[in-house]
Amino acid sequence: MTELITKIRGAEAVIKCLKEENTEYIFGYPGGAIMPIYDALYDYPEINHVLSRHEQGAIHAAQGYARASGKTGVVFATSGPGATNLITGIADAMIDSTPLVCITGQVASQLLGTDAFQEIDIISISMPVTKWNFQVTNAEEIPEVLAKAFYIASSGRPGPVLIDITKDAQFALADFTYEKCTKIRSYKPVPTVSTDAVNEAAALINAAKKPFLIFGQGIILSGAEQELKTLIEKTGIPAAWTILGLSALETAHPLNVGMLGMHGNYAPNVLTNECDLLIAVGMRFDDRVTGNLNSYAKQAKIVHFDIDPAEINKNVKADVAVLGDAKASLTMLIEAVDKNNHGEWLAKFRSLEAKEIEKVQQKDLYPGEGPISMAEVIRVVNEQTAGEAIVVTDVGQHQMVTCRYAKFKNTRSKITSGGLGTMGFCLPAALGAKLGAPDKTVVAVIGDGGFQMTIQELGTLFQTGANVKILILNNEFLGMVRQWQELFFEKRYSFTEMSNPNFVQIAKGYGISGKTVRERADLESAVTEMLQHPASYLLEVMVGKEDNVFPMVPTGASVSEVKLGPE
Amino acid sequence: MSKKTYTLSVFTENKVGLLNRITAMFTRQHINIDSIAASESEIDGIHRYTIVVTESEHAVEKLVKQIEKQVDVLKAFFHEEEETVYQEIALYKLPASITQELGFFEGLIRKHNIRIISIEKDFLVLEKTGHRKETQELLELLQPLGLLEFVRSGRVAITKPMATLESYLI
Repeated sequence: MTELITKIRGAEAVIKCLKEENTEYIFGYPGGAIMPIYDALYDYPEINHVLSRHEQGAIHAAQGYARASGKTGVVFATSGPGATNLITGIADAMIDSTPLVCITGQVASQLLGTDAFQEIDIISISMPVTKWNFQVTNAEEIPEVLAKAFYIASSGRPGPVLIDITKDAQFALADFTYEKCTKIRSYKPVPTVSTDAVNEAAALINAAKKPFLIFGQGIILSGAEQELKTLIEKTGIPAAWTILGLSALETAHPLNVGMLGMHGNYAPNVLTNECDLLIAVGMRFDDRVTGNLNSYAKQAKIVHFDIDPAEINKNVKADVAVLGDAKASLTMLIEAVDKNNHGEWLAKFRSLEAKEIEKVQQKDLYPGEGPISMAEVIRVVNEQTAGEAIVVTDVGQHQMVTCRYAKFKNTRSKITSGGLGTMGFCLPAALGAKLGAPDKTVVAVIGDGGFQMTIQELGTLFQTGANVKILILNNEFLGMVRQWQELFFEKRYSFTEMSNPNFVQIAKGYGISGKTVRERADLESAVTEMLQHPASYLLEVMVGKEDNVFPMVPTGASVSEVKLGPE
Repeated sequence: MSKKTYTLSVFTENKVGLLNRITAMFTRQHINIDSIAASESEIDGIHRYTIVVTESEHAVEKLVKQIEKQVDVLKAFFHEEEETVYQEIALYKLPASITQELGFFEGLIRKHNIRIISIEKDFLVLEKTGHRKETQELLELLQPLGLLEFVRSGRVAITKPMATLESYLI
């Protein structure tokens, strides 16, 4: 009898585990197979639940929360379609190394494999896009499995974990004791930094005449922003970033030479093929960063710092590989490098930058006449937020423009779907970011296409009352695809033009104020109104329909063949 | 890059669905599995997969790193032919009439080191272990003699380098 009293249901054990892991927010959507867990949650008002309007919205919100706060995002969904609707977000979190614990309900274990109502083999479906997944069929397993889930999701190179719990395991009674997981014998998340490797890297750095440092999200994930800054300041090495590394180093830093890759800045792309040493930290040489690998930094020695051994020599062969957490590695490296400066080499970046400013940026940022440009909208936002806002973007032209022109002072200020390029990411991710960083202004920059992929999440925003500034850059086109059609498909605009609804009216239906700006003269005051509005606000700016994003490294070209315009 | 035969040895926790996770790595990288065998290892609770592929060294290196990255995989290795001692087993089902020809059957058994596993009224089952080349030779020899059924196992292999699995478990 007494034994029965101490036992709790599996469903309640799930919630108790979340409490043990200090979960503040659950992003989710209920349904049949997860009802016992939702029922248990009803008794724990201290944990907030954000009810999305679609499971994809829930998971993107959890991603935004995780990226802004550095904590693990928690997602609930039911079995079958609830679980499959998470897949895009799980894949996005996997490729962008975002820590998530997704908990899905599953049909009762005796029904597994019978094609029961809302049964889907989510373990098999999610296998290639999860860092780890596990199906719980026994309530006794819940504390241990969830402890492992949180440990795996957040340690080493973070990623999404999915735990599928059968309905009978949610109902069954079991003892509850929680012990945080700190070790799994088959899993070595953080390699020990080799002093020899660091010394080899330092020797190359000390000898280099034209060293160039490129960094990615690894800096942010390991909290190595200060170490990065100290390293480049001590050595005088110019540094450029991938879009997921953006905001790890303030944009105004004198050694910050801009963005890498397909729509990155001119100087870092060109000079990648001129440096004598390329130091890559916490980045994975994505094809959008490297362009054609056969002509990528062939003249340079490569030093690669990464926590994930599978990234070493995956795309670019490293002369020296330093495995380990970026913060630990850079701390050791700072000690081992000589104080130096590379004024002449840095000046080369600045002179190529001047060329880009003259040929591209000036007219992007200050077009003066003609339609409003995306870049000038971002410039106005910069002027009014002073680099203090968190800027979330969707995917496409507006994303590239925002990454190129937005100014940041603080880390974890830029949230975007990098690896997967998921349209529809922004609106829910911005909501999550606001909950993860409530003291920050959150600006969601979205195209007219991507906005309509998760537009239903306006309902989530309405219900939570979170304050998100929605900035729609509307060119009435799927702009990036249109740009490619213009440049590479003889302007055959195959199904990229959009007839859009009245976004301001739609927002109004959700209790969100808004405005459309068509004239340049109205832009500044409209941005002010948006930022000063005490609640969420939707500002739609009609921008040039057929504007292109340049510079551009065409597919298959070398980074040093980066083009400043269509000619 | 030239392709070679590599033997992968993958040591894992004994978990449902893990084989799926491992083979998914091959699918993603578009690498065909020549053969696969799964069994227990010398350590209780740890399983080992022996997987044979024909690929370039760089592709195999990337593949093995991706496999080892999986949470429930303890360690993954790849070795060239010279670094492994390996064996396969093949079974051949033949009509009982093959024994009729005087002297031929005895000669066959002796020459190829064959074991007779089962003798029934209508058929017999022969077993040969060895390298693929050897079991293949016998297959080709038996085919014209009315071979009824043939099956060959995946390779099982032991590597020559002496590091023990336990040394990776600390």
